[in-house]
Amino acid sequence: MTTTYDFEDAPTNYDDVQRQGGQDAVYDPNFVPDSVKSFVVHMYRHIREKNVYEIHQMCETSFQTLSERLFKDTPWPSVEAIAPYVDNDHVFCLLYREMWFRHLYARLSPTLKQRIDSYDNYCSLFQVVLHGVVNMQLPNQWLWDMVDEFVYQFQSFCQYRAKMKNKTEQEIALLKQNDKAWNVYGVLNFLQALVEKSTIIQILEQEKEGLEQFTATDGYDYSGGSNVLKVLGYFSMVGLLRVHCLLGDYHTGLKWLQPIDITQQGVYTSVIGCHIATIYHYGFANLMLRRYVDAVREFNKILLYIYKTKQYHQKSPQYEQLLKKNEQMYALLAVCLSLCPQTKLVDESVNSQLREKYGEKMMRMQRYDDEAFGIYDELFSYACPKFITPSAPSFEEPLVNYNQDAYRLQLKMFLYEVKQQQLLSGVRTFLKVYSSISLAKLANYMEVDEPTLRTILLTYKHKTHSVGSDGKIISNADIDFYINNDMIYVVESKPAKRYGDFFLRQIAKLEGVINDMDRIKLE
Amino acid sequence: MESPKEQSSYTVEQLVAVNPFNPEILPDLENYVNEQVTSQTYSLDANLCLLRLYQFEPERMNTHVVARILIKALMAMPSPDFSLCLFLIPERVQMEEQFKSLIVLSHYLETGRFQQFWDEAAKNRHILETVPGFEQAIQAYATHLLSLSYQKLPRSVLAEAVNMDGASLDKFIEHQLKNSGWIVEKENGSIVLPQNEFNHPELKKNTSENVPLEHIARIFPILG
Repeated sequence: MTTTYDFEDAPTNYDDVQRQGGQDAVYDPNFVPDSVKSFVVHMYRHIREKNVYEIHQMCETSFQTLSERLFKDTPWPSVEAIAPYVDNDHVFCLLYREMWFRHLYARLSPTLKQRIDSYDNYCSLFQVVLHGVVNMQLPNQWLWDMVDEFVYQFQSFCQYRAKMKNKTEQEIALLKQNDKAWNVYGVLNFLQALVEKSTIIQILEQEKEGLEQFTATDGYDYSGGSNVLKVLGYFSMVGLLRVHCLLGDYHTGLKWLQPIDITQQGVYTSVIGCHIATIYHYGFANLMLRRYVDAVREFNKILLYIYKTKQYHQKSPQYEQLLKKNEQMYALLAVCLSLCPQTKLVDESVNSQLREKYGEKMMRMQRYDDEAFGIYDELFSYACPKFITPSAPSFEEPLVNYNQDAYRLQLKMFLYEVKQQQLLSGVRTFLKVYSSISLAKLANYMEVDEPTLRTILLTYKHKTHSVGSDGKIISNADIDFYINNDMIYVVESKPAKRYGDFFLRQIAKLEGVINDMDRIKLE
Repeated sequence: MESPKEQSSYTVEQLVAVNPFNPEILPDLENYVNEQVTSQTYSLDANLCLLRLYQFEPERMNTHVVARILIKALMAMPSPDFSLCLFLIPERVQMEEQFKSLIVLSHYLETGRFQQFWDEAAKNRHILETVPGFEQAIQAYATHLLSLSYQKLPRSVLAEAVNMDGASLDKFIEHQLKNSGWIVEKENGSIVLPQNEFNHPELKKNTSENVPLEHIARIFPILG
């Protein structure tokens, strides 16, 4: 198992440094350093031998180390240059290019031509997978990265295309000529085809009845088959959730996620990046649907998880992204809790982090003055997905930028919602201190007339009661009320303590400890 | 010639489920909106699918159809469907006069201001009357919201929310007495609304301690 690779230990030879390292060095796509030769040869062998563990190590560690050492600001050698070392294997070359472009996007800025080529490469790769001629076993991490990167590059392309103002004539000509590249129909159809072809929805259904194993093996196939289509299909559901959030279609996005039970562990939790992307988009969509409690509950869970496990991911190439999403989710949690106070749902350590980061802002958000709206605006803008306009530009003069349009629309709609709720925090303050109060008295305190107060109370009811995905009404209010003629009676909801789950966890933990103790042999 | 025949064997709902990212189903979806209007049915999924196709190809957008979708979405209150649709409609389209009015109407419904809502609706009769069942749908939303909030309410408050008085209000109440368990108090005419867990919180079932069997099943190996 412990193979040592020369590219990790051997001192970088002079040739490498001269060709790749120096600032003014010219990038030669055909030059393959020995370390890269060794990398592709080993990678190719591990893929043929279905050695998932080694493939994973190479993607996560060696690829990063080499990129850091040799390809800090140049691309990796071209696929044509490395092809001879891997028997010109078609599928391996597609996979190599997938990594090649991912590296390019992460470290350099891709040209239009490169964006188009990368799309073509994904098309070829997915075609191969969809037609079922793949017999590989690839790490979940890599398969997630493929879906994640595919959606990211689509989003990046939409942003790029929408900045029409400073496009050169060649760029515009190339855009017109390649109107299929990153076309929204194409992107969505690939993701959907992966879901369909993999029959992942049926697999998850059958798993519930014990007829199929997927989650238990983390999606891997130990009976000689390939995990690639199945797991790509699985991750594509998260990809579709994300694309629909980018489009502003939160309802449909959540529908795509439905086959995955996010109250349980699953393959989506086996890759931290996927776990975070899933919950981030799930929470955001629920925030926009006004299902604040659902959003708060899941944000709380994942933030607690990140809080406890952060240190194990420090070396991961996704670590920075993880920290960023962590911060964004705190901002979204602050927004949810400001609109819908629910402190009892939030764990102590998450809550103290939240207070530290946003405590002061949250106090100001309660005031619902111009400054408060400014903070809602700021937090939303900081934490929202990078919304896209999926349609192609009109190409008619004058060329205008429209890359901010989608974001501005979602922001405007969100702030509109906030404004509709601006009187609720005031009424809540009063409800908190009374067990019953007459309409006249409360109207007097709030300095409004009685009919207006009735509308405020109806607004409070409406905004704190969301419609669940099954059509049932769910209360999101920690302080509720009912009116009998002219009297308001206040109801404070008691937090539901979940002793059942707590005991289940403790039983499992105790069993683990006892097993550990059994293993210790006393002399 | 074969393909249109083949297609027609699918219902629009099935098309949306099986093939939502296909620009060719756009006309079917538009027809389906009109069908929903005439047959007084509703499909949020199909309508969002159509709005998405408009978003992909703005030049194919038919604002007349969009208006109908938005009115149907208003009728789906208390669900947030109206916002869900607006999230997909570009700002410049939302600026059109007919949409501005619908947005104002939605705002009044969202903030429980029924009197203003009915005043504004009266001014936009020409748009709203094209969709049968509009008034009844809003009245249903109003009574829903009232019954979340009130155990008992004065007749005048009801009258304002459903925009009725005199004989028509009597008839409305009569209907609710028979079908929804309303009670009218003899002494002052106050209306007692049926009990639910929101206006009678003591009815709220304590479901928190139910642990689903699957969760317990996970520790069966340990217990055994």
